[in-house]
Amino acid sequence: MAQQTQMHGRIGESIKRKEDGRFLRGKGNYLDDMELPGMLHMAILRSPHAHARVKSVDTATASAMPGVIAVVTGELMAQHKLAWMPTLSYDTQAVLATDKVRFQGQEVAAVVAESLYQAEDARDAIVVDYDVLPAVTSPQQAKEEGAALIRDDKENQKDNHIYHWEAGDQDTTKAAFAKAEKVVRLHTFYPRCHPAPLETCGCIADVNGATGKATIYMTSQAPHAIRTVFALVTGLPEQNIRIISPDIGGGFGNKVPVYPGYVVATAASLLIGRPVKWVEDRTENLISTGYARDFHMTGDLALDKNGKMLALRVHLDSDNGAFFADAQPSKFKAGLFHIVTGSYDIPTAHITADGYYTNKAPGGVAYRCSFRVTEASYLIERLVTNAAIELGMDQVELRMKNFIQPEQFPYHSATGWVYDSGDYPRAMNVALEQLGYAELRKDVEARRKKGEVTGIGIASFTEVVGAGHGADFDILGLRMFDSAELRVHPTGKALLRMGTKSQGQGHETTFAQIVTEELGIPAADVAVEEGDTDTAPYGLGTYASRSTPVAGAATAMVARKLREKGRKIAAHLLEAAEEDLEWENGRFYVKGSPDKAKTIQEIAFAAYTNIPEGMEAGLEGVHYYDPPNMTYPFGTYAVVVDVDKGTGQVKVRRVVAVDDCGVRINPMIVEGQIHGGLTEGFGIAFMELITFDAEGNCIGSNFMDYLLPTAWETPRFELGETVTPSPHHPLGAKGVGESPTVGSPAAYVNAVMDALSPYGVTNIDMPVTSDKVWAALRAGGVTE
Amino acid sequence: MKVSLKVNGAERSGDVEPRVLLVDFLRTNLRLTGTHIGCDTSSCGACTVLIDGEPVKSCTVLAVQATGRSISTVEGLAQGGNLSPVQVGFHEEHGLQCGFCTPGMMLVGTALLERNPNPSEDDIRWAISGNICRCTGYMNIVKAIKHAAAMRDASQAAPQESHAAAAAGGE
Repeated sequence: MAQQTQMHGRIGESIKRKEDGRFLRGKGNYLDDMELPGMLHMAILRSPHAHARVKSVDTATASAMPGVIAVVTGELMAQHKLAWMPTLSYDTQAVLATDKVRFQGQEVAAVVAESLYQAEDARDAIVVDYDVLPAVTSPQQAKEEGAALIRDDKENQKDNHIYHWEAGDQDTTKAAFAKAEKVVRLHTFYPRCHPAPLETCGCIADVNGATGKATIYMTSQAPHAIRTVFALVTGLPEQNIRIISPDIGGGFGNKVPVYPGYVVATAASLLIGRPVKWVEDRTENLISTGYARDFHMTGDLALDKNGKMLALRVHLDSDNGAFFADAQPSKFKAGLFHIVTGSYDIPTAHITADGYYTNKAPGGVAYRCSFRVTEASYLIERLVTNAAIELGMDQVELRMKNFIQPEQFPYHSATGWVYDSGDYPRAMNVALEQLGYAELRKDVEARRKKGEVTGIGIASFTEVVGAGHGADFDILGLRMFDSAELRVHPTGKALLRMGTKSQGQGHETTFAQIVTEELGIPAADVAVEEGDTDTAPYGLGTYASRSTPVAGAATAMVARKLREKGRKIAAHLLEAAEEDLEWENGRFYVKGSPDKAKTIQEIAFAAYTNIPEGMEAGLEGVHYYDPPNMTYPFGTYAVVVDVDKGTGQVKVRRVVAVDDCGVRINPMIVEGQIHGGLTEGFGIAFMELITFDAEGNCIGSNFMDYLLPTAWETPRFELGETVTPSPHHPLGAKGVGESPTVGSPAAYVNAVMDALSPYGVTNIDMPVTSDKVWAALRAGGVTE
Repeated sequence: MKVSLKVNGAERSGDVEPRVLLVDFLRTNLRLTGTHIGCDTSSCGACTVLIDGEPVKSCTVLAVQATGRSISTVEGLAQGGNLSPVQVGFHEEHGLQCGFCTPGMMLVGTALLERNPNPSEDDIRWAISGNICRCTGYMNIVKAIKHAAAMRDASQAAPQESHAAAAAGGE
């Protein structure tokens, strides 16, 4: 009994979260909750125009206003060589505009004042004279002859084209298409949306003039990488930069990049010698920081007459905004989009992508997604459903016929991926059973006969998460490993620090459980710390579902290192040979004599008090884990919708989500993540849209225009699971946070397309709003 | 202007500009930072507090308007170190992830249970529909508030049960 209590929190147990207490009491420590002595507040003046030449910036009135300490302009930043900064995609981005503004909301100047109210008053008193230029708001416009040149700051930039990128094999794909009996085409636009974490981005820069140390509290998902980028941008020595990510109120990719506000606040603190706080308001967050998607995609799927897939060809035009600032591994210009063959055994594929500058905000981030996997998954799953409709096949049958089979793993895909493990038919079958698919199909037919508009959507996604391996995946050259440092104190309590950073994912619980599993220290006795670059080991941060695949693996490995040291100490204490010891439930015992044992707590105490001669004291270690491969979570989602013929309103009747993320460490936390992801997927499918008018004004710049799902619209979710462990992860885990956002939009939209298929409708771009559905029904002949 | 109000049962006052929002007064002047700011347009509910027991978005109220009123914030939910039933519910049912919306959600839940001790799922979803959560998908928030309702029921039923137990023991 005592043993069981001691082991509370092993892998597979849904223990309650260790971090909850402070949040329940309103004692979370989010960035805006912090107040440093002498702290000033900064407000940023942003461009009202999408594209304009900046003729002059008059700060005289603003500078004289009450409480104002400094007004920072692009000119001032340029004097310190900080008017521009590098992006995460090897481009440059303006910190404060010096020549032109290139999107609505771009940073033009900043005011630092004693209070935020004073800073905002003075910001509004800055007078900028603009010469307005024509705005480019889509890749189609960007490539037109005579389109306004957005990046005239770059010497060799003669047009608005950023990159051309390819994957797969053009020749074999062409040959396969030539022989195909059926080609299904889908052109779809995955519109721009925004991660919109409930807490916006911000920082407090505190540069100590006496020591030269810059401590920057920042809402960052990747504090170490930010520290290195800051060192490179500012020229400050890296040991004098300390980034601290406090509690973060959601990230979803929005808090990965470096934003101009961070650089300006740091420069201001350096110049003024006092801490400077900058926190975005919601509009600033939505119009200027990392958006997501904005891919115009055309997919062609070649099949034989029996529905066997032969080849896939995709072209996409990417709208990257005014600066190419996508947060993604450097080798891949369109992220990991070439996972687009998805769950299917497609012999050959060819992907081409072109990126364009437009007069829109930069910073294509992966909104709850592993670098553009969401766009890829959406395209293939929509394409497969359309193919089934065109072939007159059941969408389940077509998927089953083409799934990569369990015995084909490790599977080498046509675009170069090596899928680690999977059992797609099993996940599909579990979902179908849970849904009662066969009966529901009959029910749909019966309802349609009565004139109802109803349908079932399926999506069988495969994700690719957990970057690296470091040789293939890096951010600005930094290999995408991650780290864990574990210190076991003399009393057997432990401190675990990692290079990742939770934004709500429950790391303080999940990673403690890995230590419990590997070392037998109860989860309650393991403190988990992240986010302080002066104390945590270097890591690449939390995004792209990489924390459990990479830092989780590092945690298991460091715990195993300490266990092996523990074996030596136990052998010494028990006066036994190391090879005669067995490990079980947090203790070493002598084979055949289970009573002769030393617990991990006794071993930890001995590590500081009674070690064998010649052994280094202490029980501490660090491990940097560079994964041998990515992990490939998968699943099948099924959605049932009913459409109101008169209004076009779509009601989601059921959502069944079967996820296989390998071994689940804390199932409660995993299921919570899936609920959240299915909700964000629902929002993307039906509500969330950042769009622009012809002048480049952002529509969707506040929560009255950018609609997020509330409890009232959000459907109820029915979850299921299969477990196919990752063969290369020390715990068999794959990562899950993003699967539901990657997989679900296609399931929701496929359900609507299935419902509308009797009316000849083949595509509605997201968000699938009532007016679009209503118009499609009218075009399909519905008059009711 | 002078503001005097009751916050979590204690008299508080301050001198503020008329334009200062209640949320800023709570966070900046009183350093009660559990009330969060999420949107500035009264759309997200992160700043929800109770004014005389009613949920109100404190980004839409001037501090001076709250003079003479009684404000409850998340910091006042726990009594003497004991979490309130709603707080317990959120912990037990995993009703929070990043925690940013949680204070507002818990205050709405608290007000709902005062008015309707046994809410249906739809009652709860409607009550919290002015509050946005980006992490949980709401299912566990609904469960959390139901959990709290059951706890309140049980604590009200408990004295009777112990009477019954005593009676049973007497026989």
